[in-house]
Amino acid sequence: MNPEIGHYALVLALAVAILQTALPIWGARTGDAALMRVGPVLALVFAGFVSLSFATLVTAYVQSDFSVLNVVENSHSAKPLLYRITGTWGNHEGSMLLWVLVLAIFGALVALFGGNLPARLKANVLGVQGSVAVAFLLFILLTSNPFIRVVPAPAEGQDLNPILQDIGLAIHPPLLYLGYVGFSITFAFAVAALIEGRLDAAWARWVRPWALTAWAFLTLGIAMGSYWAYYELGWGGWWFWDPVENASLMPWFAGTALIHSAVVMEKRDALKVWTVLLAILAFSLSLLGTFLVRSGVLTSVHVFAADPSRGVFILAILIFFIGGSLALYALRAPTLRQGGIFAPVSREGALVLNNLLLTAAAAAVFVGTLYPLALEAYNGAKITVGPPYFNLTVGVLMLPVAFAMPFGPLLAWKRGDLAGAAQRLMAAFGAALVVAALAAYAQGGGPVLAPFGMGLAAFVIIGAGVEIFERAGFGRVPLATAFARLRGLPRSVFGGALAHAGVGICLLGMIAETSWNAEGVAGVRVGQSLNVGGYELTLDRLEPRSGPNYRDLTGVFSVRRGGVDVGTIESSKRLFTARNMPTTEAGIRTLGLSQLYVSLGDELPGGAVGVRAYWKPLVTLIWLGAVIMALGGALSLTDRRLRVGAPKPAKNKSAKKPENVVPAPAE
Amino acid sequence: MTRKGRRLLLISCALGVLGVAAGVVLFALNDTIVFFRSPSEIAAERTAPGTRLRLGGLVKDGSVVKSDNTHVRFVVTDGGADVAVNYVGLLPDLFREGQGVIAEGVMVPDGSFRADSILAKHDENYMPKEVADALKKQGVWKEGETAQ
Repeated sequence: MNPEIGHYALVLALAVAILQTALPIWGARTGDAALMRVGPVLALVFAGFVSLSFATLVTAYVQSDFSVLNVVENSHSAKPLLYRITGTWGNHEGSMLLWVLVLAIFGALVALFGGNLPARLKANVLGVQGSVAVAFLLFILLTSNPFIRVVPAPAEGQDLNPILQDIGLAIHPPLLYLGYVGFSITFAFAVAALIEGRLDAAWARWVRPWALTAWAFLTLGIAMGSYWAYYELGWGGWWFWDPVENASLMPWFAGTALIHSAVVMEKRDALKVWTVLLAILAFSLSLLGTFLVRSGVLTSVHVFAADPSRGVFILAILIFFIGGSLALYALRAPTLRQGGIFAPVSREGALVLNNLLLTAAAAAVFVGTLYPLALEAYNGAKITVGPPYFNLTVGVLMLPVAFAMPFGPLLAWKRGDLAGAAQRLMAAFGAALVVAALAAYAQGGGPVLAPFGMGLAAFVIIGAGVEIFERAGFGRVPLATAFARLRGLPRSVFGGALAHAGVGICLLGMIAETSWNAEGVAGVRVGQSLNVGGYELTLDRLEPRSGPNYRDLTGVFSVRRGGVDVGTIESSKRLFTARNMPTTEAGIRTLGLSQLYVSLGDELPGGAVGVRAYWKPLVTLIWLGAVIMALGGALSLTDRRLRVGAPKPAKNKSAKKPENVVPAPAE
Repeated sequence: MTRKGRRLLLISCALGVLGVAAGVVLFALNDTIVFFRSPSEIAAERTAPGTRLRLGGLVKDGSVVKSDNTHVRFVVTDGGADVAVNYVGLLPDLFREGQGVIAEGVMVPDGSFRADSILAKHDENYMPKEVADALKKQGVWKEGETAQ
């Protein structure tokens, strides 16, 4: 396909997006039904043009069309097909196009599945969505056009940064963008509600599925990014508090708060103004993340190229959307009627606590990430805010969240019984104590706080189970009745409990890995060995190998524990010839839930080679926990009430029923 | 409790949580930030031993000495001054002589620097921003040049 087709489709998409911004909102203002109805059509046409444009770029990459500058700079004909495809978004321009593609997909989904939204709300939502599209398309067309040609076309490309030549590039950015950009929908809903000045429990019900979808994808995207960095960079760390990681964590905190406050709004018609603010914040933080990553103000793995004009442009977009929506919020929020009062100790109260702590955590990360930038702009001092800051602040704020997590779902709406909830959690508490004691016994003289952490994680996991157990009434009603109730529980209850258990599992992995990891570094000759975490790694041989676009030196290690053979690990130092760039391909062996991790360093004088080996106990639980959280979100999404969406009286009644008949502690 | 009283309680709880959060943030910021220094700045201000900082500059040509127990010595320069660095561990993939580097660690009394981490670059054309600025100050490196 001709790259100009892609460029032209993008220009047409911009024209459509401008119409999509203007017409439906105008229609909603004047009450013109025909103009409002044009919104979904335009959203679909927009998605069509953007998809065509994206497909054109992918084709240029697949065919190694080196007349396109973007392909020359980021591809190579010797690159495997998968990496030629993923290379499309392994650079600034292509990644922005992917951003807009995801935006278009979400807009199309609203157009297709928003059938039961009130016409006015739908028109405004699509209009706001269109305005975001206009801004980002202008950004691409004016500063980051991926379709620029180069004359004469070189015979070969410069290849993609080898770190990005990995399956991770196929998964991490699309998932992350589905999360980031997914919050544009909740943002559009919030702004639409403010424009209209109407905000009710039904609004929360429409917003919840979108927020949950975005949140689940963001959770997966962050976890995938973490695992990718873990195995690809060869440093053995799973979270670096890199500004770019923080950029994805901030909207995650805000989004997590949002999916919880939306529940309060839907069920109790309370926290309305706050929920709208969170919806605005979640997307604003996503935009901030895009700015931090794409503008080049930070130095990080994700900064492909620094171009000041881009930074200024994204900053302008940022100021327009964040400033504009917050101004609208300040103008309209006081007119929104507050409803539903509740006692401090109640389900609502617990969710408010959750929201406070999560937003405070987002703020702490925000301060730590932007403080160095602000300080440098102010007096030129160059500082780094590193892991100690983030571990301390986020740790202090998340500890009460984890502890309160099992209590929240056991409290009733309006007025809860804390002592009763505590009583029902006795079993979970006891189990947590046993886990802590076991951990203390097993570790001997390790870190004092580690057993407490393990106990807390166990408390969260078992507490999530207790909620289901209690709601079904096991132990209080006949077994058959309890099972019948269990079947009748809404899926969102299971989803929530699963997600909470996921948090606990994630916590378990984080604490175990941080407290008990072992590391060994040494110069090793063939035949020599290195001991780490009770395992003996012997370097059997070093052999040179080669791949399609690289050569490498692979060390083959045999692993033994107490003289028993456990297997082998291969770890390499790889040199990508097109860029003459070396990378470390860590060797990882998963043993149960734990991993042995081996990186190969440089060849040292005397025939030895530098080897760094880690024993990482329970490390896989970190990512497994995140996947379980996302699964919990997905399970909630299948809940009938969310799927049905519109409050059609008959359906609504039957869907709500199961929860009312359960005389669970919540009542 | 009245509606007003409840709201007051809620707001004071919220302020309490936010106050604690702000306190922790300020405490942590005070305690954990690390300053960036170039060799010239260290020479000029005679940084006290034990100070934790980030040292950035170019790896001086011909200064890298590796031993077989993964102990590495090299010199970081910005054209104006040099600092010797000791490090035990594996060097990042793109650590090369004549290229930009950032080392985090502490100054020791003999005036050398003991690094506990060496920052990796992710791209062969990429120069850490702090290093580029420090080199520009010394007139060693000009805008538009690539790091190579």
